[in-house]
Amino acid sequence: MLEIKNLHVEVENTKILKGIDLSVKPGEVHAIMGPNGSGKSTLAQAISGRDTYDVTNGEIIYLGKDLLDMEPDERAREGVFMAFQYPVEIPGVTNSYFLKTGLNEIRKHQGLEPLDAMDFLKHIKEKAKLLDINTDMLNRSVNEGFSGGEKKRNEILQMAVLEPKLAILDETDSGLDIDALRIVADGVNRLRTKDRAIIVVTHYQRLLNYIVPDHVHIMLEGKLVKSGDKKLAMELEEKGYDQIKEEYSSVKAKLEETV
Amino acid sequence: MSNSTEKEQLQAEVTQEEKKIHKAKKKVTEKDTLEALGNREYKWGFYTDIEQEYAAPGLNEDVVRFISMKKKEPEWMLEWRLRAFRNWQKMKEPTWVNVKYPPIDYQSQRYYAAPKTDDDRPKSLDEVDPELIKTYEKLGIPLEEQKMLAGVAVDAVFDSVSVATTFKEKLAEEGIIFCSMSEAVHNHPDLVKKYLGSVVPYNDNFFAALNSAVFSDGSFVYVPKGVRCPMELSTYFRINSENTGQFERTLIVAEDSSYVSYLEGCTAPKRDTHQLHAAVVELVALDNAEIKYSTVQNWYPGDKDGKGGIYNFVTKRGKCAGVNSKISWTQVETGSAITWKYPSVVLQGDNSIGEFYSVALTMNHQQADTGTKMIHLGNNTKSTIVSKGIAGGVSQNSYRGLVKVMKKAKNARNFSQCDSLLLGDRCGAHTFPYVEVNNTSSQVEHEATTSKIGEDQIFYLNQRGISTEDAVSIIVNGFAKEVFRELPMEFAVEAQKLLGVSLEGSVG
Repeated sequence: MLEIKNLHVEVENTKILKGIDLSVKPGEVHAIMGPNGSGKSTLAQAISGRDTYDVTNGEIIYLGKDLLDMEPDERAREGVFMAFQYPVEIPGVTNSYFLKTGLNEIRKHQGLEPLDAMDFLKHIKEKAKLLDINTDMLNRSVNEGFSGGEKKRNEILQMAVLEPKLAILDETDSGLDIDALRIVADGVNRLRTKDRAIIVVTHYQRLLNYIVPDHVHIMLEGKLVKSGDKKLAMELEEKGYDQIKEEYSSVKAKLEETV
Repeated sequence: MSNSTEKEQLQAEVTQEEKKIHKAKKKVTEKDTLEALGNREYKWGFYTDIEQEYAAPGLNEDVVRFISMKKKEPEWMLEWRLRAFRNWQKMKEPTWVNVKYPPIDYQSQRYYAAPKTDDDRPKSLDEVDPELIKTYEKLGIPLEEQKMLAGVAVDAVFDSVSVATTFKEKLAEEGIIFCSMSEAVHNHPDLVKKYLGSVVPYNDNFFAALNSAVFSDGSFVYVPKGVRCPMELSTYFRINSENTGQFERTLIVAEDSSYVSYLEGCTAPKRDTHQLHAAVVELVALDNAEIKYSTVQNWYPGDKDGKGGIYNFVTKRGKCAGVNSKISWTQVETGSAITWKYPSVVLQGDNSIGEFYSVALTMNHQQADTGTKMIHLGNNTKSTIVSKGIAGGVSQNSYRGLVKVMKKAKNARNFSQCDSLLLGDRCGAHTFPYVEVNNTSSQVEHEATTSKIGEDQIFYLNQRGISTEDAVSIIVNGFAKEVFRELPMEFAVEAQKLLGVSLEGSVG
């Protein structure tokens, strides 16, 4: 579904990603872990198409198409969704209107009829019920005055409503207490299907107690230095990033010697 | 055709337009889009080829007499005009405003132009010049259809003379007078004499005096005691003739315990030269009466280099003359090269209420200096001001407002909120609030914010499948929502078409 090859990304002329290779198949859940500043959020932003992130080399192929050739809104209509680390407030625009507009753009792209207000309401209520989310949120302005937990739940609700093929959760666990974390993780688990791929970007292993990944990748200094299954996350929990860093630098040093 | 079908049709057209725009703009970046939004072509720029009867250019007493003669006015009306003209000659054009324009040569303007059909007024739409009907159809507001639009009666002013007045009979049943000002002068002279100039005197200001001298036509509304006007009254103004200043004069009187809602919509064709529009609107609300006055103004704003466009210098004022009366102004201003106006309320009656809700959008080289004046004279009077200024391109957008509480106005209350939204970084937003409170029992609150449309907001909407252009519309719409909510339903579709902003919740 998603093939990332040798991806290099710069932000304001600073090299952040230095050659990422990643392959994600439908139905898989991948966790990208790494310390602050390792570039994991940059990867999420680059996939979703934020224009302040310059791709200087490499490619991202999504369902056989060149993702880098598409504008962010086109990527979204093709089924790429990102749950934001810091969801943005849009004063005066209700959540339901915002979501209805987005959903109908996506449906139009898929050649489907737009949902009218009634059908949309039905659709969104169904999803809210599935995720155990209070529908009060729908009539409030997008993220305005939402608590941290509400904002993240709102992101997951959006994911449920828009039904993406590829969902990237960018540090969705940050700033959540354990109860909120559980609600968000439960939501994500309910949205796991055999056709939908999910990439979970996180600093901490604890989210992965609830969302159990098929693959875990560790990012350091803009590279994926280690990949494995869920055990890798637990190993990381035990050893911490420092030990991985040490291993990585010794490997890097050896590599440099041999060159 | 039903109201909803009409709306759907309009909605479909809008969607179609949006699709086209969307296709063309698919690849542009955010900056380009903001630019494009500012540079959007004026869609209503067409010219109707109808023979006109002109006054010679220039302004002197003979021209004033010529206008009065053409309109077959009684002597008292001519005298009033001449008094105004003589005053105007002694007045100086004000310069305190925060807009810039080259000096206007008042002697090169024409002050009268009427369709030739003046002598033979059409009795029904069938008799109206087909060219004219076409003009309205291009506007998307064919008169025939409009008749059927729920509760909207239209008094269309085409240049200077009313050519069609609809629904008059139905209103007459209620005792409501809704006609052109010219007709009112002939048929209701006592009312006109009593109220014309009672809120905006002929010597009020430079442009009001000019208007009083040469006003061409406009609307007159009279709602008798205890009558609730059963429909929204609506006028579509159009400036059509090149170099013809448009000087409407509108007067609305609501007797005790009556209610009326009046809609004013404006569109003008493109011209390379600037056109002056100096209208006067007067509202009088007596005891327990309520007047709601809504405007959607999209006069031609000039091209993207600032060439051409309307100078919209208008005096609008309402007087809450009676106790418990209420006057509410709602305006959505998107057009004109320069907008300079302050719809105001004089709160004379005890417990009277004045409201002002405004969205002013300026793009390219447009300039707007607009706001309101709330003058509290009576006890327990209340006023609310909500102003939303949106600036893009290299435009300048100013809010200027006065809240004045007189000594005798015990327990007066005012709340003002002025928000500005900037699209891009070459535009300007300014706020000039003036507050004068002359007693200690009154309370005045003022809030103001300025924000810039955020790249992160746009990206967030993009990431949910919404194009950048739509994202900007949605954000702007959200920003102006408090004001749109005040617009009558009949204007929802119109406003959407004119603004290119989707109106959340109120349509479809």
